[in-house]
Amino acid sequence: MRHGTGSTGVSEPPLLELRGVSKSYPGVLALDRVDLELRAGEAHVLFGENGAGKSTLISLVAGVQTPDAGEIRLAGAPVRFASVHEARTAGVSAVFQEFSLVPQLTVAENIVLGDEPRQGFLLDVAAARRIARELLDRLGFSLDPDARVEGLARAEQQMVEIAKAFRTAPEVLVLDEPTASLTEREAHRLLALVDQLKARGVGILYITHRMGEIRRIGDRVTVLRDGRKIGTVPATTSEDKLVRLMTGRAIEQIFPAIPPVPCGPPVLRVEELTTGSGSVVGASFALHAGEILGLAGLVGSGKSEAARAIFGIEPLASGRVLLDGVPVETPSPAAMLARGVLYLPPDRREEGLAMVRPARENMTMAVLDRPELGPGPWLGRLKEARLAHELARRIELRPAQPERAVELFSGGNQQKVLFARALARPVRLLMLDEPTVGVDMATRASLYRLIVELAEKGTAILLVSSDLPEILHLSHRVLVFHRGRIRAELEGAAIGEEAVLQHFFEREAA
Amino acid sequence: MIETERAAPLDAPRPAAGLRLLLVRLFVRLGVLPFLLLVAVLVFASLSENFLTLRNLTNVVRQAVYLLIVSLGQMLALLTGGFDLSVGTILALTSVVGASAMAAAYGAFPDLPWLAIALGGLAGLAAGTAIGVANGLGVALFGVSPFIMTLGMASVGFGIALYLTGGAPVYGMPREFGEVFGFGELAGVPAPILVAALLVLAMLLLVYRTRLGRSFYAVGGNLKAARLSGIDTRRVLLTTYVLCAFLASIGGLLLTARLDTGEANIGASMPLESIAACVIAGVSLRGGVGRVENVVLGALFIVLVQNGMNLARIESYLQTVVLGLLLILAVIADQLRLRLMASLRARGTQP
Repeated sequence: MRHGTGSTGVSEPPLLELRGVSKSYPGVLALDRVDLELRAGEAHVLFGENGAGKSTLISLVAGVQTPDAGEIRLAGAPVRFASVHEARTAGVSAVFQEFSLVPQLTVAENIVLGDEPRQGFLLDVAAARRIARELLDRLGFSLDPDARVEGLARAEQQMVEIAKAFRTAPEVLVLDEPTASLTEREAHRLLALVDQLKARGVGILYITHRMGEIRRIGDRVTVLRDGRKIGTVPATTSEDKLVRLMTGRAIEQIFPAIPPVPCGPPVLRVEELTTGSGSVVGASFALHAGEILGLAGLVGSGKSEAARAIFGIEPLASGRVLLDGVPVETPSPAAMLARGVLYLPPDRREEGLAMVRPARENMTMAVLDRPELGPGPWLGRLKEARLAHELARRIELRPAQPERAVELFSGGNQQKVLFARALARPVRLLMLDEPTVGVDMATRASLYRLIVELAEKGTAILLVSSDLPEILHLSHRVLVFHRGRIRAELEGAAIGEEAVLQHFFEREAA
Repeated sequence: MIETERAAPLDAPRPAAGLRLLLVRLFVRLGVLPFLLLVAVLVFASLSENFLTLRNLTNVVRQAVYLLIVSLGQMLALLTGGFDLSVGTILALTSVVGASAMAAAYGAFPDLPWLAIALGGLAGLAAGTAIGVANGLGVALFGVSPFIMTLGMASVGFGIALYLTGGAPVYGMPREFGEVFGFGELAGVPAPILVAALLVLAMLLLVYRTRLGRSFYAVGGNLKAARLSGIDTRRVLLTTYVLCAFLASIGGLLLTARLDTGEANIGASMPLESIAACVIAGVSLRGGVGRVENVVLGALFIVLVQNGMNLARIESYLQTVVLGLLLILAVIADQLRLRLMASLRARGTQP
């Protein structure tokens, strides 16, 4: 184990160094000649939008993929990891956002997975449990080594994932938004752990979007944009400057001004909404024509489930959904669409788009019940093609070829195709669930413009988002969800980062 | 155009490379079927001089009718991301029930052969389609995987067909049934071909020109997305299996007319052959991709190969081997095609 020589270890080569590293996927240059240097005992934050290349960078460092060009040096010596296992053996461990756990196995079995202790040919179950116990204790995680992973909460699974990464006593630790699903207390413990590791000389590559964390544990910040390195700055750099580096523009250029808060009767009223799974408990709120209502909160806080329950995808246990004052007896996607309500899901691959089908069919998928496309059961191909062209123009589809299969478009354009459904038919209430996940800043800006345009025309908009700036800059009103309940409601000038964030987490005992 | 600009400086000294690239692009664009068809025609034409005669080719089309009709139904099931392993049983059950009902009605009213044909035909269609209703309910409402559901119903239906007849062929249908639907002609076109042509036309309209047709693609392309877009996915799935069974049932009736007997053993090779016809024609096993015209060609191709092998006096046991291999080859070619498509795209050229 290397011992830290302080954060200014000038005499030694950096612990980890990337020189001119590039990586491309079919059609995309994900990383373009990126240099990076990680010192022993340093927490180096990677900062950038979704799709900027952060994930690609860490996947190269962790041995998930190999670079197309450039080299990676570990303590001055060039390395080329063919697998995660090789990287781990060399002292580089990573905790990814997408868990690498086997849900059916226990905590202990997962922690030793791939390198199980053995007695001859047989697994040494007792040793596995002991190893897991020791690791969990050292990390301060209160988890039962014999619990099955599928039964754990997301935060607990995150802890297992972290414990797994610590199995090999890494010199370089990669953490990809590790606090994203933790409670504040758990997050504090994790950050304290990061401090400990830094003191021991471990170099930490840390991905986060949270300013607070950058200040708390970060030493330097490397900003990536569109696969290129924009620069490395001290962690004390102001937020405005960081955002400008990340996006290449000022905040006002990304978010359009939202029209003044409208008044009038509510389009949507939700009364004491409780879902069958308990993901939403007793939520009541109203939403007016032309209003943008932001739903904020952690993943699993109930913000997304509330929208899904209104659209009839999440079963209701009790409560009512009223549209224009009329209760909807049994909400279902078809029934809600017929009433002018549309929900656009967060994961375009999983439930948003038919990837093998043309953009045209994906854009018009939610209009098949409308008479505009032809009489009775018939589908007018010309009418549809004309509609598709018009939609492609409005969303600025690039390339402007609605006949191309959706999977051949970039992520940003795929997201636009999904959004086009809201423009294809009259929509009175539009529920957007993470509408800008994994898209570049230019696409974001144009999606935001479209959202505000719809609101101006009187569409009520429910904006579910984990992207805080999006919530802060686009909402007239914000509801913060916590453990299924509405924890706070903020309006107008009261909407601010601190004000919203403080309701995300467990309140700590004073 | 772009091709020549890009390829000329590199490939001018090596025309073979240019030809290869052209072939690769054709393959990516058209799939494996045109190449297989070409190879099959060349091989069989060289093996037998009778192969490329008008008489033989007409014969191929006539023989292909039954597989073609079943494949149209199979395509619907594949489009929605499933498949139907019970199409053979549906043929058998239709044949046995249709023939028995027809013979019974003819026995009761010997003067009214057309009444018997109508009653028997309806009974056969009802029996076959009932299997499809069961498949559809299982898949759409109870979420049984199409594999288990149709495999199970294949056994159920086949058992019923054997039980009803004790395994023996059913005779006693009116002569007119075979004369018209098996061997009849209208303006020189054999009746089965006429029926198949009408069904192909109906399928073209259904799949490309109706909302329901689009729903098949949407459901197969992404079931969840279709549901969130307000498509009643259960109804679409139910309709899929009912239509598939209905088409197979029509195939069963036509085959019964041709054989002039009701038989429980007539559809045994249909599941494999119809899936092969679709897959060779580029219908994706993952759902959401496939075209009616290509499936017609795919079915013709399968029968063409069988016909060619017959002319070349290849033993029927070996023919089964060839068919199985062709199916697997088609799937491998499909995978290869996806990979080539990705690599062409990576080079920045549009396939």
